[in-house]
Amino acid sequence: MSITLKIIKYQVKDNLQSRWIIGFFLFFLIFSYWLISFTEDSHKVLLSILNMIIIVIPLICLVFGTIYIYNNLNYITFMLTQPIKRNAIYSGLYFGLIISIFVCFILGVGIPILLNILLFTESLNIVILLFITGFFQILIFTGFGFLIAIQNDDKLKGLGISIFVWLFFSIIYDGLILYLLQTFQDYPLEKLALGLTLLNPIDLGRILTILKFDVSALMGYTGAVFEDFFGNNLGLFISLTVLLIWSILPFVLGQKKFSDKDI
Amino acid sequence: MLKVNGIKFLLLFAFLSTLNVNFGKTLIVGKKENYNSIKSAIAKVAIGDTIIIKEGLYREGNLIIDKPITIIGINTPIIDGENKYEIITVKSDNVFISGLRLINSGLSFIEDNAAIKLEAVNNCTIINNEFNNNFFAIYLAKSTNCKIIQNSIKAIKKTETSSGNGIHLWYCKNITIQQNYISGHRDGIYLEFVRTSEIKNNFSENNLRYGLHFMFSDSCKYSENMFKHNGAGVAVMYTKNVEMTNNRFENNWGGASYGILLKDISDSDIKNNIFYKNSSGLYIEGSNRVNIYDNDFTENGWAIRLMANSMEINFVRNNFIGNSFDVTTNSTHNFNFFENNFWSEYKGYDIDKNGIGDVPFRPIKLFSLIVEKNRPTLILLRSLFIDILDAAEKIFPVLTPETLIDKSPAMKRFYD
Repeated sequence: MSITLKIIKYQVKDNLQSRWIIGFFLFFLIFSYWLISFTEDSHKVLLSILNMIIIVIPLICLVFGTIYIYNNLNYITFMLTQPIKRNAIYSGLYFGLIISIFVCFILGVGIPILLNILLFTESLNIVILLFITGFFQILIFTGFGFLIAIQNDDKLKGLGISIFVWLFFSIIYDGLILYLLQTFQDYPLEKLALGLTLLNPIDLGRILTILKFDVSALMGYTGAVFEDFFGNNLGLFISLTVLLIWSILPFVLGQKKFSDKDI
Repeated sequence: MLKVNGIKFLLLFAFLSTLNVNFGKTLIVGKKENYNSIKSAIAKVAIGDTIIIKEGLYREGNLIIDKPITIIGINTPIIDGENKYEIITVKSDNVFISGLRLINSGLSFIEDNAAIKLEAVNNCTIINNEFNNNFFAIYLAKSTNCKIIQNSIKAIKKTETSSGNGIHLWYCKNITIQQNYISGHRDGIYLEFVRTSEIKNNFSENNLRYGLHFMFSDSCKYSENMFKHNGAGVAVMYTKNVEMTNNRFENNWGGASYGILLKDISDSDIKNNIFYKNSSGLYIEGSNRVNIYDNDFTENGWAIRLMANSMEINFVRNNFIGNSFDVTTNSTHNFNFFENNFWSEYKGYDIDKNGIGDVPFRPIKLFSLIVEKNRPTLILLRSLFIDILDAAEKIFPVLTPETLIDKSPAMKRFYD
């Protein structure tokens, strides 16, 4: 375990100096700062930050996660010559990257919000929810990025797949939901819609947050069903569990694949 | 000299006699006064007399006023209906009531017990009273030329069935309702078969159903009122020649809440109003020839829900700012007209700098059309997929109404 920690420590130190991570940090910082200075309405700012979290973060994490493995292949090969368990190397790399991205996300979005904390005093719970959502998006999609890179030796193919995964979760999946809801609109589909959004981490993060913006009143009966589900503790517990499963699944699969892989 | 004195005397006499006609006797009701109950004073009162009610709590069942008299409360005397009775029933013209606090008019499912009911009267005035926890507060039936001014009407009711309306008008004409505050009733102001009346400067909030509700009430004017946080907002139905100006509709938020619900309204004007944070700002169904000019629609769920059975609704110089959906409809046909509005979603340009965008704006998004027909799809709100869909539809409109278009969108927001 201490070896994992050591790897994490060096990885974080290394990553925080990388141009990519500094770029992400600046992106988050400038984007959030610009949003806040653009409007006085905290809800608008938070909705735009939500958009960033559910669209940009998965893309960044997937693509960067994939590239990260490819770029560090020599380093990984070198590490494997040492008497270190493969699991330790994999988790070291994974958490090293997660922590770095998370730090630049927290600081990049957090500093502008802290500077304008008066604007957000009323919607503090939404801010916290946004950070939790962002945290899970980072965990999940970096995991996927790693998994894809481990599974595909061809860099181009790996990148293609990771972009496809992003497309699937953020666009194609919603298209399928819309198709289903339109095709079977004569049936009561509220429960089905609820189940389907639970299965997609991006949709889940989106719904959790927009429900907080009173959008549920627009949805009529569907809104009531959703509000009822996410409003009580069981619903929140289930959604957190789903997010946790999504975070663990790609990581564990990737780790297993990495252990069996012939490098 | 004598002659002059005589004229003076005559003038004085005439003056005194007119005074007598105008004010009559004054009957004072109070613990230590000639009359210790309102009923005994009413029994003795003559035409044109004044009853002055002093401070205190009066429990006298139903008071019937059938002569033209003036009732004035000093230090807001409380008249209690004990949750059983109608408190004051006015059956005479020219009655003036002021300065009372009327509480607990009786709940009944058979009779509309009110704190003050005016039945078939003319020229009555109810001014500066307080109403607390009544079933109906002020109820006018078949009356004309009455004024209801500066009353404060409050109730804390739980269900629509056990609650009456704040100000209820039925079959009335030329009524003025001004500067009243109404909260916690079923409908704040309710008008049915009312003509040529004016509703001005009232504040109606937290009512269970509608802040203002009128039906079959032609030629009425509504101006400078505030309708806030009512269960279902404001509903106006089956009426011609309505004028609604300078009102504010705010925070009517809920599954079936509307800033204004227009149903079967024709030849009317809705001007200079503000719609702020309503789940549906303006819902229009079966209406014809309505001019909607110079209004502000800010941060509503839907700014305008325009059903396709409406025709010749004109939207001109309105501001649409930060609404989740600006306009939605339920059909691909459109017989209404949008011109020179400001849309915060407009992304066009203005090369000749005349303040009018050079590219037409289509306020209907494909997604809003889908949502109008299939509500559960709203779970996809703010999904990237939906944004892409809307963008595609904007470039090649296929499903959204071709004619629902603002050909001259304003580049800058209108300020009054």
